[in-house]
Amino acid sequence: MNLLLLLGIPLLTGLLVLLVSTKVQVRWVSFVGATAQLIASFLLFFAFRTEIADQNTAQFLFEVDYTLIESFNIHFHLGVDGISVAMILLTSFVVVAGILVSWNIEKMTKEFYFLLILLSLGAYGFFLSLDLFVLFFFLEMAVIPKYLLIGIWGSGKKDYSANKLALMLMGGSALILVGMLGLYFIGGHEFNIVHLSKLTISTDYQHLIFPFLFLGFGVFTALFPFHTWVPDGHSSAPTAGSMFLAGISMKLGGYGCLRVAIYLLPEGAKEYAHIIIVLSSIAILYGAFVTMMQKDLKYMNAYSSISHVGFSLLAMAMLTQTAITGALMQMISHGLMTALFFAVIGMIYDRTHTRMVDEMGGLMKTMPFITTVFFLVGFCSLGLPGLSGFVAEMTVFVGSWQVDDWFHRAATIAAIMSIVVTAVYILRAIGSTAMGPIKNPSFATLKDATWNEKLAAVILLIGIIGIGIAPSWLSNLLKPAAEIITNRIMGK
Amino acid sequence: MPNVLNILLIPLLPFVNFLLLGLFGKTYLKKSAPIIGTVLMLASAFLAFQTAYEYFFVYGKVGEVYQQLMPLKLTWLVFAPGMQIDMGLMIDPISVMMLIVVTFISLMVHLYSLGYMKGDGRIATYYSFLGLFTFSMLGLVLATNIFQMYIFWELVGVSSFLLIGYYYDKPSAVAACKKAFIVTRFADFGFLIGILTFAYCGGSFDIPTLISALTSPDSNELKTAIGYSFVGVSAISWGAILIFIGGAGKSAMFPLHIWLPDAMEGPTPVSALIHAATMVVAGVYLVARLFPIFSIAAPAVLEIVGWVGVISAVIAAIIACTQTDIKRVLAYSTMSQIGFMMFALGVAKYGGEAGLGFTASLFHLFTHAIFKALLFLGAGAVIHYVHSNEMKDMGGLRKNMPITHTCFLIACLAIAGVPPFAGFFSKEEILLAAFHHNRVIYYIALFTSGLTAFYMFRLYFSIFWNREHSAHDSAHQDHARHGEGGWVMMLPLVLLAIGSAVAGFVPFGHFISSDNQILELPFHLLFSIAPVLIGITGITIALIMYKTSNDLPAKWSAQLNGMYQLAYHKFYIDELYLLLTKKVIFNLIGNASAWIDQHIVNAMINAAGTITQQFSEAIKKLQSGKVQQYGIYFFTSVIIIVVVLIYVWN
Amino acid sequence: MEPGIYHLLFISTALFFIGVFGFFTRRNLITMLMSIELILNSVNLNFIAFNKYVWPGKMDGLFFSIFIIAIAAAEAAVAIAIIINLYRSHQSINVETAEDLKF
Repeated sequence: MNLLLLLGIPLLTGLLVLLVSTKVQVRWVSFVGATAQLIASFLLFFAFRTEIADQNTAQFLFEVDYTLIESFNIHFHLGVDGISVAMILLTSFVVVAGILVSWNIEKMTKEFYFLLILLSLGAYGFFLSLDLFVLFFFLEMAVIPKYLLIGIWGSGKKDYSANKLALMLMGGSALILVGMLGLYFIGGHEFNIVHLSKLTISTDYQHLIFPFLFLGFGVFTALFPFHTWVPDGHSSAPTAGSMFLAGISMKLGGYGCLRVAIYLLPEGAKEYAHIIIVLSSIAILYGAFVTMMQKDLKYMNAYSSISHVGFSLLAMAMLTQTAITGALMQMISHGLMTALFFAVIGMIYDRTHTRMVDEMGGLMKTMPFITTVFFLVGFCSLGLPGLSGFVAEMTVFVGSWQVDDWFHRAATIAAIMSIVVTAVYILRAIGSTAMGPIKNPSFATLKDATWNEKLAAVILLIGIIGIGIAPSWLSNLLKPAAEIITNRIMGK
Repeated sequence: MPNVLNILLIPLLPFVNFLLLGLFGKTYLKKSAPIIGTVLMLASAFLAFQTAYEYFFVYGKVGEVYQQLMPLKLTWLVFAPGMQIDMGLMIDPISVMMLIVVTFISLMVHLYSLGYMKGDGRIATYYSFLGLFTFSMLGLVLATNIFQMYIFWELVGVSSFLLIGYYYDKPSAVAACKKAFIVTRFADFGFLIGILTFAYCGGSFDIPTLISALTSPDSNELKTAIGYSFVGVSAISWGAILIFIGGAGKSAMFPLHIWLPDAMEGPTPVSALIHAATMVVAGVYLVARLFPIFSIAAPAVLEIVGWVGVISAVIAAIIACTQTDIKRVLAYSTMSQIGFMMFALGVAKYGGEAGLGFTASLFHLFTHAIFKALLFLGAGAVIHYVHSNEMKDMGGLRKNMPITHTCFLIACLAIAGVPPFAGFFSKEEILLAAFHHNRVIYYIALFTSGLTAFYMFRLYFSIFWNREHSAHDSAHQDHARHGEGGWVMMLPLVLLAIGSAVAGFVPFGHFISSDNQILELPFHLLFSIAPVLIGITGITIALIMYKTSNDLPAKWSAQLNGMYQLAYHKFYIDELYLLLTKKVIFNLIGNASAWIDQHIVNAMINAAGTITQQFSEAIKKLQSGKVQQYGIYFFTSVIIIVVVLIYVWN
Repeated sequence: MEPGIYHLLFISTALFFIGVFGFFTRRNLITMLMSIELILNSVNLNFIAFNKYVWPGKMDGLFFSIFIIAIAAAEAAVAIAIIINLYRSHQSINVETAEDLKF
């Protein structure tokens, strides 16, 4: 399996979108491109499993390596392990769904789709690259379209949100760049992740560099207290924008924290693990409580994302194999779930023209499909067995509980406590939007989902239920990669 | 040997029902949905009975001891070596007994709903939810792995949520389903940490492995677990307490019982199935399943279980005496009866004669499921007839509803502990176990059983006697047409009534005991006198007060004013919770967090922006647009640089 | 008296500061342009003086001053074009009216 295919398809789709003329063509080209990418991701997944079954023990498979800039030792170096494969699958699910729910965008359709595809290209490149420079390049590629998506197609206080998001993420990028250059120079002009991971870097130096990288990626993944771009950004973004933001962009940060910060600088990770645990426990509980007080569905989901993403940061900082596997599963699960959540909120908003919980009610009567999906995704969020959230959270909890001192125990209990709060706000949202009497008489004539919305929801639901019912394929995919990371932490 | 496929089909058939009706019920199977659901349930129940027969009489017993069999165990998710979730089937006496209870009651409810829910627009959804619930409950019962149990535990919770909120356009139903879910969820928080603690101590999630690791006196796990303590309580006791919190939440034990009365907002057959017979006893089942650990490794916790059980029993009984909504009376009576089961476990010990409480508890679970389901279904028939839940709208119905009346009477006699009905035998054993182990609990329980008889007959007389049913009551006339609801509604009542009458004669100790050996249930005629007398006293008082319409109840309640008000308002526990959630959690924590987020964290980020902006604002004056000013800056800078270069640099 | 390097440097310095003074104090753009020419010429004078007295055998200073004269001419042409444009849009060549290029 040639990994260039995974970059080629979005690139080609993006170019084609620019070339075709009508809106209908733009939509179909993007949809076909995204579907092709989904298929390619599955091919990658199966090819990867075949390789693993054939006892291929290389850390990264399907490596591609071209020299980009000889003098700076920058290589276009791609390769995948279990984590990347899972992340690519997630991205392609979200992209297809995101394109489907944007079917009715009339304003500057071509540009909108082009930006979506550019964003996805950035994400794919980010997950594939094994060279820090290329990785950083793709990371930036995934940031800029978000600014435009919010700024042009957004709603509400979109200028403020777009600025805030772009500035905070750029700030994060700047920190990453500093950390990256630190690694580059200590490693003897080396950007290659594989080479860097073999290096022994002095403990002091690791303590120095680690905060830059972790904080930088942490901003992307809404590390408390750098999470404030999340609610504003999500609430102002168009539906597909929110889906990409929460489903993909926040995962870029999580992946970076793990792959770059923790994996390359294990001593740094050990040094700062306590601080990360404190911050992420705060994020989990505090995010949940803030969510409880929100009245706008999008703000709700944005804050709940902070809380849920906190789980994966918490688990990462536990530095055990199970916990790290859990962190990754939580990232995948949350990506699918929150994308679907935003999609559903978008669908509801398109019909009712409000996102305020208090103003809705009894939507189940008129929109059975949408509300059923809403129920399912809500249940996934509160960790109902059979849906992906449960599996991921339980892996996090079991992994965290293995670390036996009171500090880690307390953090885990705080995290578990949040599932009660999650139940409160999810049920509140479901209860007052889907159930109850119809509050607004004009809602009585609303139509249920159209084919594209149904397809988008079903695609994401397949992912959510697929993980929820049979989690071991995902866990087995992630575990070896997590093991390599923990081995490095343990110093093996 | 057990036939794996048969056993596997018992939970899977309801699941098929759920999928089939959930996906296609609204479109293709609208007409046939109830029939499909009922037929699948019938098949499942048949398989359950067959399995039970084969287990108890064919292959289950090896040398006088019932074996714990695990015909199927699939690895579902591996966390770490040894720590894994398996999906399996556990066949042992208590799980087989529960199979019978769950499938039988569920079948009755499926059947009954054919009549009760007839004409409801979302009946396919209703049946699919019933399927989901039955599947989850059976999965819970059959779990081999404590995490599997937790998974199905959550699933029964959500099916209960969906069914309570079935009439979703009623705000009270929505509030009730949310409350039920959140309260049980809070308890599950304890359960989950308990599981993690146990697994940490025992090194496994597998129930048999866990039990053997934590109960054999020479195991290292047990020694470390006991040695490892927090606030003076050993890890194992903490685990047991936390798991019991989970069980208490599901089983509506004080003080986590507040959701159960409100859960009566669901359709009545659902209350019969979930909130009377099966799901609410899951907590009892949980403690029973892990009984060796509780009994051997954490006896102090078992003591707590006992006290929580008896306190719940008496509180619920007192409240039940004052409620006027018939379903709420039944809900409190359920809580009270589950309290009996709980304290029976609490006064039991592992093995032999001392394990009487264990057998008694499950015996009571068994009989209670039958007569309480009957009571609910009977109440459902009454509600169906008068279209009201309130006692004041009823009275004198015995002539209009003869079958319901008879069945209801049998159930009331059973729950009041009148021989020879089912409840007498099981309650007798519970009281006996309590008498031997803890006198205080025994006396409270005795008092509670008197109360039970009183409030049940208060209910009975208020519905079927009391105010004579007047002919000019037009509302009743309308509904008299469809009578008692047809044979689909009456058949379950009759079957359950037969069950309530004869279930007590099952030699329960032959099947179920704490160590799976035969336990002859003791029976002392002299001992039975006190409970029966107390029961009859209760019935008599009810007879005097409610047989005919009179002013005695009003007078007595006026005399007991303070007490009465307190009980009528359920000891203000709901208000206390409301205060706690609204004032403390929402206002104090939630609002504070939201405020902090907006005014501190967000403000900090905004401040970073503002500071940058103001700094720029301050220095932008330099860009005045005046050429000569630039000239001056330039010239001055050149001079400064020159001076620096000449004098400082050298 | 034969003029020495110091005389020439004195004159060029004087010219330079007169130019600077003019540039800072005058509001008329043409006058300011003239002041700049003064500054440039003072530099020219310096180049020639140093060339003659310090490195008499070389021609570098001369070349530089020829370059400067050429560039000054070009610069004057551009500047006057700007000034004319400014006059057309603002009806004035007062430098204080032309401060639109700010912040």
